[in-house]
Amino acid sequence: MRRTFVLEIVMIAVAVAFLFPVYTLVSLALKDPGQIARSPLAPPSPPTLDNFASAWSAAALGPSLVNSTVITAASLVALIALGSFAAYFLARVQTRLGYGLYVLFLLGIVLPFQLGMIPLYELVNDLGLIGTHAGMILFYTGIQLPFTVFLYTGFIRALPREYASAAQIDGASHLVAFTRVVFPLLRPITGTVLILNAVFIWNDFFTPLVYLGGSGYETVPVSVFAYVGQYVSQHGLVFAGLVLGALPIVLVFLALQRYVIKGFASGLKG
Amino acid sequence: MTPVTAGRARPAHVRRRRRFSAAAPSWLFAAPALAVYALIVLYPAVAGVVYAFTDWSGIGRDMSFVGLENFRTLLADEQAMGSIGNTLLLTVAIVVVQNGVGLLLALGVHVKLKSRALLRVIFFAPVVVSPVMVAFLWKYIYNPDPSAGLNGLLGLHVDWLGDPSIALWSIAGMVVWQNAGYSMVIFLAGLEGVPRELHEAAMIDGAGTGQRFRYVTWPLLAPALTINLMLSTIGGLKLFDQVFAATNGGPGYATETLSTVLYKQAFVFGKFGYSTAVALVLALFVAAVSLIQVSYLRSREVAV
Repeated sequence: MRRTFVLEIVMIAVAVAFLFPVYTLVSLALKDPGQIARSPLAPPSPPTLDNFASAWSAAALGPSLVNSTVITAASLVALIALGSFAAYFLARVQTRLGYGLYVLFLLGIVLPFQLGMIPLYELVNDLGLIGTHAGMILFYTGIQLPFTVFLYTGFIRALPREYASAAQIDGASHLVAFTRVVFPLLRPITGTVLILNAVFIWNDFFTPLVYLGGSGYETVPVSVFAYVGQYVSQHGLVFAGLVLGALPIVLVFLALQRYVIKGFASGLKG
Repeated sequence: MTPVTAGRARPAHVRRRRRFSAAAPSWLFAAPALAVYALIVLYPAVAGVVYAFTDWSGIGRDMSFVGLENFRTLLADEQAMGSIGNTLLLTVAIVVVQNGVGLLLALGVHVKLKSRALLRVIFFAPVVVSPVMVAFLWKYIYNPDPSAGLNGLLGLHVDWLGDPSIALWSIAGMVVWQNAGYSMVIFLAGLEGVPRELHEAAMIDGAGTGQRFRYVTWPLLAPALTINLMLSTIGGLKLFDQVFAATNGGPGYATETLSTVLYKQAFVFGKFGYSTAVALVLALFVAAVSLIQVSYLRSREVAV
């Protein structure tokens, strides 16, 4: 009992220390330049919201939020559709060719994307998709498919075949059996796929920087990057921009924290 | 589908029944995914390997094969060779510290504390934030000003990112801060899978806390450890965003990694052939490490 109490105190102290960067972030965002120069560590007194108003418009965060949302949502729909269908085939097929195809998909998990980065840029450019939402959606669908297929295949393999067989005996085709019977049973893993891919796509930086930089279709991290470069020494403005840029995903995380943590904790069991 | 099993013929009725119940869906189910995967991942990767043996400058299709020239250049390129060393050091530091911290946090939070749900959320939260934004935050935390950031908090006067002898470790520090919570939740999932009866049995046999951890918990954490080591190693080797945003490889070349070098060779110097050669080296490192870790770590996993 007493040991638990001591541990609790220790863990809370660790958490407070761990939160120091967050305290710095928020307190600086609430200070005017004079306060930041005079007392960088002290809490803001009085706090000001001016930085937030300037940062919101200067970083073009409104349009970036729309871009990020469109790209993330469309990529997730494509990933779930393509990934679950492919995994249904890969989990049920029993030929060597089918197994080989599965291994081919897994290869994509370890392959660093930098290897194909330049040919891929050329390809997307030839398709006329640089600086468009469609280009980014295609990119994320391709790059995250191996991982998505891996998660779905593992889950479907553990699922009894009888569900689909029963529907098929009643005359349903594979397509109907999958969409009506099997896919609804995949809900837990679909949740995991959704969470892990959403966090990755929303926060991805390098490819949108190269593909979307200067196009007017920038995602949140790219806009924040450009914004910070512009206001580099005005810490209050920079930090207000960072707070606003990080806020949407942090709020979603806090609202769904149990599912998010579960998704991250369980998603990679091989 | 194809009669490759002809050598092990089974009676006709058995074969037919088995084929009915195991009838796989058509390969067309996988066709759309395969098409996108081939276009976005496979074709570019293969093309990348080919480019690694050319002198392509990125403008037009004008290129010629130069054999191993790019790799010879790499071996003679002090900056690139240094970046390999930096990448490995950074990866080792991240893997060791992140997983050590993650394990300690998991052990702490696993106990039935009143605040455990809140603590879990706090430690995990940085994982969902964009690494670029975390890097910008830490760039300020690592301010050389003795009255601000980490220096102000600890009463130090250190140029965390400006001193070439510590800049790399400072980057490791911010990566650990962001990702320790990720390791923590994976270890926590492992801890929750350790059967309570095993602990009770060990306690009855007179095992102390340390012994119970050493002989009960630790062996059963092996799968979680495998996943954590794999994730942090691959993440460390490929690390780009944080370095790019915090130091862009500086001061000098002190924090240059394979990822930043291949980025600069391509997009700053236009040496696309050379850049893909560096990318190929990175890919080989990742592949080698993954293979070694999977085969070694899997071998010490035990069944519950």
